[in-house]
Amino acid sequence: MSAATILSQFAATGVQSCFHGRHLQPQIMADLNGSNWRLKDYEARGGYAALRKILGQDGGPGMTPDQVIAEVKASGLRGRGGAGFPTGLKWSFMPRQFPGQKYLVCNSDEGEPGTAKDRDILTHNPHVVIEGMAIAAYAMGITAGYNYIHGEIFATYQRFEAALQEARDAGLLGSNILGSTFSFNLQVTHGFGAYICGEETALLESLEGKKGQPRFKPPFPASFGLYGKPTTINNTETFAAVPWIIRNSGQAYLEVGKPNNGGTKLFTVSGDVNSPGNFEVPLGTPFAKLLELAGGIRSGRRLKAVIPGGSSMPVLPADIMMATDMDYDSIAKAGSMLGSGAVIVMDDSRCMVKSLLRLSYFYMHESCGQCTPCREGTGWLWRMVHRIEHGQGRQSDLDLLNSVSDNIQGRTICALGDAAAMPVRAMIKHFRVEFEHHITHKTCMVPAYA
Amino acid sequence: MNFSEQTTALFDREVAKYPPDQKQSAVMACLTIVQREQGWVSPDSEKAVAEYLGMAPMAVHEVTTFYNMYNQRPLGKYKLNVCTNLPCQLRNASQALSHLETKLGIALGETTADGLFTLQQSECLGACADAPVMLVNDVNMCSFMSNDKLDQLVDGLKALEGKQ
Repeated sequence: MSAATILSQFAATGVQSCFHGRHLQPQIMADLNGSNWRLKDYEARGGYAALRKILGQDGGPGMTPDQVIAEVKASGLRGRGGAGFPTGLKWSFMPRQFPGQKYLVCNSDEGEPGTAKDRDILTHNPHVVIEGMAIAAYAMGITAGYNYIHGEIFATYQRFEAALQEARDAGLLGSNILGSTFSFNLQVTHGFGAYICGEETALLESLEGKKGQPRFKPPFPASFGLYGKPTTINNTETFAAVPWIIRNSGQAYLEVGKPNNGGTKLFTVSGDVNSPGNFEVPLGTPFAKLLELAGGIRSGRRLKAVIPGGSSMPVLPADIMMATDMDYDSIAKAGSMLGSGAVIVMDDSRCMVKSLLRLSYFYMHESCGQCTPCREGTGWLWRMVHRIEHGQGRQSDLDLLNSVSDNIQGRTICALGDAAAMPVRAMIKHFRVEFEHHITHKTCMVPAYA
Repeated sequence: MNFSEQTTALFDREVAKYPPDQKQSAVMACLTIVQREQGWVSPDSEKAVAEYLGMAPMAVHEVTTFYNMYNQRPLGKYKLNVCTNLPCQLRNASQALSHLETKLGIALGETTADGLFTLQQSECLGACADAPVMLVNDVNMCSFMSNDKLDQLVDGLKALEGKQ
């Protein structure tokens, strides 16, 4: 027996996270079983029909790049990586007549704590991402692309490499795709442990072989991206949504969700639920329904708080969450952000000070050090939360935490500073009494958790 | 330091992904290959990679030191990286870590005397639905790591290495 054999016994099968049959109207996760990731399986599910359609290789008239972009605009598809920017609009920013090389980049550097959806897409349905990228490249007149995958999910990187080779061998990537005049070369590359590279300009720096420190913007990647060339960067799940839109129309996609929030979204539900996992549901699905899909709260416990969009987003208390739908606008109205769709659930046994302490450590650890407010501020925040948690907090600390957060937020090159500050502000806003109890009584209000 | 032909063939495969004047883009992949073969990235390896890619050695060192997964010193044969970020913390990651400390008889960051295991805490590995998770030697993601499974894993590797 080899070490690889021993270790492979503990590898995820996807049964719990993905093949549980509890998606609602799935598009990306539909009909997957863990062994049907190959090209022939994808084609049997209707895969690459959208690429054939736009290239006019299905007997139809084909679609012009403008028509493809118009269809994506009509779909209401918004970026699935965190910011929720309208995808069709982003694509229209690319200069059409640029004389040199342009690039397409897929951001698969999925490092936002709580998010593990792109991993399942890339592992179990890699060709949907390849097809989505090829369609995007056609729409923007791009001939070269990279998929940058989180270094920690190396097995997924290897899977994607195998899928790329299948697509190349079948003439679905490379020169003169499917006998058309369209050419697109796609490569896969990986990170090696840096949360900041999920920020798109840090990712570009990393792709160029440098430390991943975000760039000052403007110029935006659409004018100065990879190697200084016009570049469009989208999240993995965003690309994965595109083939369905082209096959079924933008209008049909929009109708799956709700106005301004088209389509389905993958939510990673983690924490204190009975069955954590990824759930693909239409945008606008009530949080209560999503919680039910994840098996509900651990037995004997009650919902206390939810971070609805990944660790960078403001936490919301149970009553607000239970009245909220899972879409960009509803969650914004409730006071947080949909982010990457990472739903971290906490029950009534959880101390919010301790939870915040772990998140604050993370942002301190991952700050790239480029901007002083973030480099110094994240450490300051952690030290204060640490002393509050350990019974050495001062009465003035809560105001100071808010003040330090204010002096980070909006004052840094990238959003990591905001990501460090927002959880602090929201935790104090909604659970101030717990922080005050720690400071006054030097003990925790709720049973300590390991 | 000279790399074997086999190693440079792997390097070349990575370099070929990028435009001819952008060989530096392959640095992360090359350092990853070096780590897989040697267990860590030594200063000599950095210099050799720099020479291979036409980079300044310091530019390579910047990469090694910026990204968390590069080992800047030799570690145990099996690097155990336990995620302790919030989604894993909510599902007993702290217990998993202390269980391993007890089982291996070492503290966080240390290597067992027989050189087999190094125990580290890590930031989000991106497998939150399978918490608690542990990444072994940068490649093998281990899911739902209860104490029983941790025992199985450690005992299995020890038996394989003839240390039990």
